[in-house]
Amino acid sequence: MAETFVDEDGGAAGRRRALARALLAEPKVVVGGGFVLFLVAVALFAPWIAPHDPLEQDLMLATLPPAGFAGAEPGYPLGTDGLGRDVLSRLVYGTRIALTVAFVAATLAALFGTVLGLLAGYLGGKVDTVIGRLVDIWMAFPPVLLSILLVAILGSGLHSVIIAIAVIDWTRFCRVVRAETMAQARMDYVTAAVTIGFPRPAILVREILPNVAPVIIALVSLEMGIAIIVEAILSFVGLSVSSDTPTWGGMIAEGRQIVHHGWWVLAAPLAALFAAVLAFNQLGGGLRRALDPVMRR
Amino acid sequence: MTAPLLSVETLTAVSGRDGGRPILRGASLTVARGEVHGLVGESGAGKSTVAKAVLGMLPATVRVAGGRVLFEGRDMLTLDRPALRAILGTDISLIPQDPQTALNPARRIEAQLTDGLRLRRGLSARAARARALELLDEVSIRDPARVLAAYPHELSGGMRQRVLIAAAFAIEPKLVIADEPTTALDVTVQKQILRLIRGMQERHGTGVVFVTHDLGVVAQICDRVTLLYMGKVVEEGTTADMLERPRHAYTRALLAASPRYDRPDAGLQPVPAAVFDELRREIAVFDAREARHG
Amino acid sequence: MITAVLNRLVASAATLLGVAVVVFVLLRIVPGDPIAMMIAPGASPEDVAALRARYGLDTSIPEQFWIWLQGVLSGDFGTSISLRLDVLGLLASRLPATLELAIAALVVAVVLGGAIAVVGTLMGRRTGGALDAANGLLLAVPDFVWALALVLLLGVAWPLFPLTGRIDPSVATDFHTRFYLLESLATGRLAVARDVAAHMVMPTLALALPLAAVIARVLKEALGEAMLQDYVLLARIKGMSETRLVMQEALRNAVGPTLALTGVQFTFLLGGTVIVERIFAYPGIGNMAIDAVINRDLPLIQGLVLLFGLMFILINLAVDLAVAALNPRLRHG
Repeated sequence: MAETFVDEDGGAAGRRRALARALLAEPKVVVGGGFVLFLVAVALFAPWIAPHDPLEQDLMLATLPPAGFAGAEPGYPLGTDGLGRDVLSRLVYGTRIALTVAFVAATLAALFGTVLGLLAGYLGGKVDTVIGRLVDIWMAFPPVLLSILLVAILGSGLHSVIIAIAVIDWTRFCRVVRAETMAQARMDYVTAAVTIGFPRPAILVREILPNVAPVIIALVSLEMGIAIIVEAILSFVGLSVSSDTPTWGGMIAEGRQIVHHGWWVLAAPLAALFAAVLAFNQLGGGLRRALDPVMRR
Repeated sequence: MTAPLLSVETLTAVSGRDGGRPILRGASLTVARGEVHGLVGESGAGKSTVAKAVLGMLPATVRVAGGRVLFEGRDMLTLDRPALRAILGTDISLIPQDPQTALNPARRIEAQLTDGLRLRRGLSARAARARALELLDEVSIRDPARVLAAYPHELSGGMRQRVLIAAAFAIEPKLVIADEPTTALDVTVQKQILRLIRGMQERHGTGVVFVTHDLGVVAQICDRVTLLYMGKVVEEGTTADMLERPRHAYTRALLAASPRYDRPDAGLQPVPAAVFDELRREIAVFDAREARHG
Repeated sequence: MITAVLNRLVASAATLLGVAVVVFVLLRIVPGDPIAMMIAPGASPEDVAALRARYGLDTSIPEQFWIWLQGVLSGDFGTSISLRLDVLGLLASRLPATLELAIAALVVAVVLGGAIAVVGTLMGRRTGGALDAANGLLLAVPDFVWALALVLLLGVAWPLFPLTGRIDPSVATDFHTRFYLLESLATGRLAVARDVAAHMVMPTLALALPLAAVIARVLKEALGEAMLQDYVLLARIKGMSETRLVMQEALRNAVGPTLALTGVQFTFLLGGTVIVERIFAYPGIGNMAIDAVINRDLPLIQGLVLLFGLMFILINLAVDLAVAALNPRLRHG
């Protein structure tokens, strides 16, 4: 849906404006991106948004239902968990972990996968075969099992979760980037650059990468959604950060245990998870549609 | 005089997209039972639009501005879907243009040949198969059993076209629309296919609307001809009349521009600009009249 | 054709070997000594050394790999450190549960996804478009989220199905095989079968829904492509109804590309059993895998990873063969 852009008001500034216009014209970008920004805001301003201390336990107020249900306590709109901690506050603070993992892990996976994908697609031959074989082996592992294995190896903690996600999901980027690079490498502008005598790395970075970028950016958004899920699964299994720190996955694990008399402890983080993943998904899909014609020369 | 099998009455159609660009300008033609009627014109003259109208398959982008298409007295343009389906499966069939794409690559020939027989004529599988073998024999296919068991990609283009012809006549329709069936074939195969169609048509007493841009084809197979230019009928009549005593300058010019096997020494002449001027004038008159009444 | 298949088999074997190497190496750079977790307090160094030797953890890594590989090739996968049982036996005893789940999920996904695609194709543009949008949203929901949502909806809100386990403890479990569902159906013990099936409903749905969404999207696109072809137009002129056009003419041409794209998705489904089984405490290999990792049970982890890898590779192979078989052109070409 992007408009064809005529270079009337000057190079870079004009392109940026056209880019902004194209992005805002795509509803998926607006809705998905809007919600992501909302989550970022929640994460940043958590101390001001959360009504209570997420770690504060009060066994007198344990397992209280959310507002509107019999036995609810004012001041705890989403109820409390088994140790009397406010669900809403834990949900708000859990956003921090979720987003940190999402942004960092997705970026790392994209970096690693893109570099290998570019090399495989551009250099071809033995390099491609080796990287291809590596991707095949990696994809023969069940992803959840591999992530649990890696975190078990690296020790629990946010850093291992992030590394684990990046190490598992780079193949997603590698495949796509490799395919795109192979398609682009055949195009005339690359042949021209080679003829002029550009060094190979320069061609990769300056010529091919910008054309592959829209696909990568869209995929990063998707990957962020996946990273949040993986973190939640790892917390659920008890392998992420310490059990005191509020994570959506940890809350889900507890909620699953007490689901018959404390279902809200499961429902609230699940809804947050669902909304976050949906938002990243929509954003990714919208980005792919909006960026494609604009960024390609 | 019995009522005609097909009667297209001053059919006018415009494009729904390019701002109402006219596609058909009051085109009329009649086809009697058992008659082979050629529908001739250069690309874009509107031949396939007329054919689609007869089949009730005009695309949504084409808007009918006037006229009727009467098949056995019923207007194909106003029929509802069930009624249209009833006629299409039993009384009208199509010989399509491209044998490469008109056969389902994932179904055997026997299945595709016996569709109509089993669906509409209610034949059992065995009876339909027997009939299919007969039909393949009629279109001069030598190993009909093998062809029935084959998939389309295993057959040559010519054989596929023969199968399509057999399929069109299988249900014993009253009318067959042949949409440039020889265009996608080698010249050597064309003559055989034309003879085949003529033979089938005579044996089954079927009416045929033969869409083509090739006057040579018309000469070989058609009883009557209608010549279109930019959606308007320029001339119509028996084949003999059209070829030997053409009345319109355009017809004469077309004949002069076509290679004639019986007059190999006569050179080919391009259609003179004056002819097109005359045609455009006639079209302008028509368009003006339409604008006043329409 | 034969050479292509042989090439694939060789490549697959190489991949499987690669998987074994990777997991072997990963496990041995693990901090956390499995032996240390097993020994009783007060055990002498000789006991510890003996235990280490018993599980083959006293030699160098390449030597360990070679010993293990030899064992695997002769059918000996070692002994589980945490469960003290033969690894191969453990795998064999838990695999049927996962297989029943995965295959049931596959069937549900194909039927559901197929139905949505066909109905969406037969509908007009507007309702079809709404269906597309809804499907697009649901595509984003992973099996983890479905499982938990089902726990809340069908386990707590409207408790229709049991939340944990494979079979009710009060139901007779004198089975010969571990294929509870198949065996109870085959021997006509319908009450037992119903109980087993009830326990399977939620995990099966959780696994099936993501795959169904993918199938619905891919198949609908392929059907749309097929419906534009000339042979469909000719069939329409033969007077066929829309339903017949979709089912008889278009569907068989749409299955090939759909299969190619969804084959890989089925391996994701299999991978999903790890977490879904955990959520429903379902006694399959997925659930066992999590415990194995937490307990650093090296032989069991290796066996499980190899098993999953083998299944993934076989599925990919089967899908490629099926795609080739479905396409008459490829078969004869």
